[in-house]
Amino acid sequence: MAKVLIQFAHPTLSKSSIQKTLETYCRKVKGVTFNDLYEYYPDLYIDVKREQKLLSQHDIIIFQHPFYWYSSPPILKQWQDLVLEYNWAYGPEGNALAGKQMLNAISCGGGREAYKETGYNRFPVTQFLLPFNQTAHLCKMEYLPPFVVHETYNMSEDMINSYGENYARVLQSLVNEEFQPIHYQDVEYINELTPVPSFSH
Amino acid sequence: MQQTFFFQAMIYLAAAVIMVPIAKRLGLGSVLGYLVAGIIIGPACLKFIGTEGQDIMHFAEFGVVMMLFVIGLELEPSRLWRMRKNIAGLGGLQVGLTSIVVAGLAILFQVGWKEAIALGMIVAMSSTAIVMQTLDEKGWLKTVAGQSSFAVLLFQDLAIIPMLALFPLLADHLPAGEAHGASHETLVSGLPAWIQAIVVLSSVAVVIVTGKYLLRPVFRLMAKTGMREMFTATALLLVVGIAVLMTSVGLSPALGAFVAGVVLANSEYRHELESSIDPFKGLLLGLFFISVGTSIDFPLIMSKPLTVLGLVTGFMVIKMAVLFGLGKTFEVRNAQNFIFSFGLCQIGEFAFVLLSFSAQQGVLTKETTDTMMAVVAISMALTPLVMMLNEKLILPGLCSMADGTEVQKVSDVEEEDNPVIIAGYGHFGNTIGRFLRANNVTATVLDNDSDNVDFLRRMGLKVYYGDATRYELLEIAGANKAQIIIIAISDEEKRLEMIETIKKHFPNLYILVRSTNRNDAYDLMNAGMMHIYRETFDTSLRVGIDALKLLGHRAHEATRSAKTFFIHDERTLKHLSSIRNEQEYVNAVREHIEELELIMQADRDATDIRSLGGWDRKAEVEEGVEKG
Repeated sequence: MAKVLIQFAHPTLSKSSIQKTLETYCRKVKGVTFNDLYEYYPDLYIDVKREQKLLSQHDIIIFQHPFYWYSSPPILKQWQDLVLEYNWAYGPEGNALAGKQMLNAISCGGGREAYKETGYNRFPVTQFLLPFNQTAHLCKMEYLPPFVVHETYNMSEDMINSYGENYARVLQSLVNEEFQPIHYQDVEYINELTPVPSFSH
Repeated sequence: MQQTFFFQAMIYLAAAVIMVPIAKRLGLGSVLGYLVAGIIIGPACLKFIGTEGQDIMHFAEFGVVMMLFVIGLELEPSRLWRMRKNIAGLGGLQVGLTSIVVAGLAILFQVGWKEAIALGMIVAMSSTAIVMQTLDEKGWLKTVAGQSSFAVLLFQDLAIIPMLALFPLLADHLPAGEAHGASHETLVSGLPAWIQAIVVLSSVAVVIVTGKYLLRPVFRLMAKTGMREMFTATALLLVVGIAVLMTSVGLSPALGAFVAGVVLANSEYRHELESSIDPFKGLLLGLFFISVGTSIDFPLIMSKPLTVLGLVTGFMVIKMAVLFGLGKTFEVRNAQNFIFSFGLCQIGEFAFVLLSFSAQQGVLTKETTDTMMAVVAISMALTPLVMMLNEKLILPGLCSMADGTEVQKVSDVEEEDNPVIIAGYGHFGNTIGRFLRANNVTATVLDNDSDNVDFLRRMGLKVYYGDATRYELLEIAGANKAQIIIIAISDEEKRLEMIETIKKHFPNLYILVRSTNRNDAYDLMNAGMMHIYRETFDTSLRVGIDALKLLGHRAHEATRSAKTFFIHDERTLKHLSSIRNEQEYVNAVREHIEELELIMQADRDATDIRSLGGWDRKAEVEEGVEKG
């Protein structure tokens, strides 16, 4: 059993339906801790000690957030700047996070097509997430494929719920340690490892 | 027999039910309504009630006892102690000077010196019942005039004991009745003086000890039965018991009840007791005022109208002048001084007691006492009119009172079911209210400053007048349905009172409470409060941030430093509040100051990891490690 920590960052959750649904689904999964950063630190004043303690207590760290300007909302950057201390998270004696896993769970407005060389965003999502990827690497963590929800505008209620279901299954599998390193090589998004039958695509 | 009783009860109640609302509607106050009701049903007018009105008056005087019990409940010993200067000084001088002036004038009018002294003392008494009831109705009890009036009345209550002892020495005429009137026969009257003194003192001690140690478990037991009437019965038993004890040793029952009230003022059952006794108190006082009305002897007045009216006017003017002079000396401000001196200028119900006693003792002749009875009753009946004249004619000229034309109601809250109640809508509360409104959250607002309420209403806000510490008011304001109550009133004691009431009756409400300073915050924490907001703390820090900025510090660093300071200070506060021992407290404060210095020092040196977190790059640079 792996312990999963969701570092959730959404400045206007009351106005987002997909993230609210994801939140509802993930809160139901046993073994998952949901850390609502904007709720704890409304003024971005982060309690570094509390955050480091939380990290130590978990095996898999998920940054769940909307994909703003090809990155995360600012609190996550602030969080990285302050919490990932030298000789704690990285550096010669910084082994606190060594061996843990990390991934992003994001929702973006653009479709998957837009995140191609030919699309208007020109690069795949995974490339935009490279800073997270490298941060994980510097902190001696394994970076997993992201969980991505595309085309969040005008998504039907059913579709939103399917993504919720999908997310919950991913989380459950992570908790149960069902995925092997070999699985990750075959997929771009972690969603693809636990497809939901009702998906239309 | 039963029929006569019910018939009488019906007459009294009907008179009150008809007259009091009329009087109130006319802005005359309830006291005058009761008095007029008494005159109408009395021998002078409809003749429903004959001379038995006198007996009823004695019975109804018990309302005064209850009133003093309730007043005592609202007066914690520490506050009573703070009033000691006013009680002894203002009260003592009022009784002394009035007695001397009246006695002196009486001697000038060829009255014997002994009679003159007796008259002086009788006239010095004012009416606790009328004055307190009127002040309460107008919401003036907490004003300077209210507090001063109360101090004087309390001293008069005390003074009646030595007066009763002194009167037999003034006897000049043959006693009209027995040497000791039946109503003043006490258990101890046959004993030597020193034993009497011991008995009197020990019975007061009994009241205090009982109130302090015995009553709380009893009330807890009664409260556990869950039967409200048992609680009421216990409360009544308490007051009646004290009255019996006090009367049997020759003390004023009102005084005993007052002492018991003060002793119980700190107990958690204070508000329950108050609301149990209140209705009885109100009805009995009403009955008392009615019987004063019925006792006015109109034939006697008609037989010598000039003498009676002359005496009434003379006494009232003398009392008023003495009071006004004293008010000036004791720094009661102008308008307040008018309320004070006009309010206390009547001769009070204790005069009836003293008059009948002096008739029995042969101090005064029957003719004098009869005339005086009429004078006293008329002066009491005139009080509400005098106070109203003061309010309509004099106060508006001085204009430092609320517009005196409007008789304030106890509360005017309608049923509300907003999620938030804000108590206190001064500078503190109204910012909260405006902010909530801007976010479409509606709040029920309570404020006990009538001027403020008027003003805010004119601005179109839904603000209600009333004392937010009252259980009934909170209930009407929707405390059962609301989720949050914000206590933004400025009075620290009132806030604690309110918390007590809310915790007891509305445990589901989140309480957010304003606090004045650290010390006040400790009290609130000890009262179990989780959400405490020191009214100047955030602002001071903002000033600090701006000061740093003007000195050239980076804005963000100054802001973060202030936040560190804020969190640290809140944590210290919580720790210190749990410490009661004084020496331990001093040590802890010293420790925290040192810790704070350390933290602030660390903030200044840019090396502090705590405040910089991962922003600290010094070690990285030294070791040549690359990040980003």
